[in-house]
Amino acid sequence: MTAAVPAMTAPVPARTAPVLEVRGLSKHFGGVQANADIELAVAAREIHALIGPNGAGKTTLVAQLAGMLAPDTGSIAFEGRQIQALAAHQRVRAGLARSFQITSIFRRFSVLENLALAVQARSGTSLSFWRPRHEDTAIFEEARELAQDVGLADREEELAGALAHGEQRQLEVGLALATCPRLLLLDEPMAGLGPEESERMIALLAALKGQIAMLLVEHDMDAVFRLADRISVLVAGRIIATGTPQAIRADAAVRAAYLGDAESAQSGPRSR
Amino acid sequence: MNQRSLAIAGIVALALLPPALQALDQVFYIGFAARILIYAMAASSLNLILGNGGMLSFGHAAFIGAGAYTVGILAAEGVGSAWVAWPLAIVCAAAAALVIGAISLRTRGVYFIMITLAFAQMVYYILVSMKAYGGDDGLNLGSRSAVGFGLDLKDEFTWYYTCLALLAVVLYLLNRMTAARFGRALEAIRENETRMEAIGFATYRHKLVAFVIAGAIAGLAGALLANQSSFVSPKLMHWTQSGTLMVMVIIGGVGHRYGGLVGALVLLGLEELIAEFTLYSQLGVGMVLLGIVLFAPQGIAGLFQRSATRPLP
Ligand SMILES: Nc1ncnc2c1ncn2[C@@H]1O[C@H](COP(=O)(O)OP(=O)(O)OP(=O)(O)O)[C@@H](O)[C@H]1O
Ligand SMILES: [Mg+2]
Repeated sequence: MTAAVPAMTAPVPARTAPVLEVRGLSKHFGGVQANADIELAVAAREIHALIGPNGAGKTTLVAQLAGMLAPDTGSIAFEGRQIQALAAHQRVRAGLARSFQITSIFRRFSVLENLALAVQARSGTSLSFWRPRHEDTAIFEEARELAQDVGLADREEELAGALAHGEQRQLEVGLALATCPRLLLLDEPMAGLGPEESERMIALLAALKGQIAMLLVEHDMDAVFRLADRISVLVAGRIIATGTPQAIRADAAVRAAYLGDAESAQSGPRSR
Repeated sequence: MNQRSLAIAGIVALALLPPALQALDQVFYIGFAARILIYAMAASSLNLILGNGGMLSFGHAAFIGAGAYTVGILAAEGVGSAWVAWPLAIVCAAAAALVIGAISLRTRGVYFIMITLAFAQMVYYILVSMKAYGGDDGLNLGSRSAVGFGLDLKDEFTWYYTCLALLAVVLYLLNRMTAARFGRALEAIRENETRMEAIGFATYRHKLVAFVIAGAIAGLAGALLANQSSFVSPKLMHWTQSGTLMVMVIIGGVGHRYGGLVGALVLLGLEELIAEFTLYSQLGVGMVLLGIVLFAPQGIAGLFQRSATRPLP
């Protein structure tokens, strides 16, 4: 596939200007050093996977990037602009959205309403007190398109809380997508999904690949190695390696620290 | 019956009440009915932040007090015009809500309840200590505010219809607001504030705006309450007053558009009714409230809604 693409337009993520550049980021909770000295760059349009064992500090990093947790030290540049001072909602408006590992949706609102809220957030003021919202057809039209995109077109009227777990995960990603991000921070989008649902999620992310840069936190190694352009490995709060999937699979330190079971020593992390 | 015809039926019924009471030779109750309307306004304003916004403010009486004392102090200083005093009451209450809200809304959960209560208590003690304006004993207005146009608010009919008109306007504005973008955003913040931030909403600002609007309306209710008895005292903002408003909202219907109105009607009506028959009025009211909470967890107004459209608790 890549062979057919001329060398000049071939994606070379490492060389394009990064959308996200993280320097020296740290966070501790009391005595727990959740992460330390994180250096990370996500290139334009790339899917950058972030893997690491439970408790490595992945969610903490996502929360720091999204502006929901204040880092102790370090700087975050998004599209060349320092964003540490921006509140979470301001970062979303700047084009940086996140999804949650633990599904966070409006459970008592319909699927369409969920998505319409996200559209409303970025289209015009919400300090509007007079005009009935149901006349605001534009936001519902966009919400319908989004429902289509994430595969929930036939579930629009369903209450979000009544959806199956897999569908809720689709909505979770849909809400982040609805903000029109240029960088998507995805915190374990496949969490708790069955094989079929995982395939659907992988297909959704693959379809977005090349349009939106992603930092993909994921335990599902199959998904990671199929989607990622590059992978960073976080162990005990520190990034121990960053590189292409092939390089990561071959990295001795990564194997020792993270993928270091007998099985992966033979065939790499893809064998699960 | 749909919402609109229900609302019209309600207004017609309330408009026909004074002549009906007069026909029954019970003119005394017109003043009592006006009092219910005023509390309905105050409870509705609380319902905006408590019901729609999920903010458990335990200090709403502070804004009633701010409005009432604005009218009282102006009257003591010789300003008796409703056209001056009432708008000022609204502005003062809104300003108080802006200050109290800006600080309180930085906290969550039980801290928010406690800090709003603490602020209300502060306002309470400030007014108790204002000896120039009656201190603990309160302040007599002398008469009700002047409105001109040949109208006299001391006339119980005029007074009742003034309160009814203002309540209707307030409820209409609140209904507009909750059906507009703002109202939906507010409810969504109640549902999941973290997610609202994560899709780009300035949740703090939205909550503060709601808090100030609620405070402003409570200020108007306070101005009316001061006129109702031509008397203001710190009792108006005792914490039990905030509690009473909360009870009204809960029994009327948290987040229901007429929850405040129904709650005020039922609670004050019950108190009056039970006081007629027994000395143990508080006990009786308590029992009935217990029954309502047990058998109508959505509030009484919630009973009149089909489950599909019922606002979720
Ligand atoms: N709010 C908090 N207070 C105290 N400790 C925390 C907090 N959040 C996370 N931690 C700790 O920080 C460390 C990193 O947690 P984090 O959730 O970031 O890990 P993770 O890599 O996302 O793990 P998982 O793969 O299980 O999702 C853990 O030791 C965790 O217990
Ligand atoms: Mg995590």
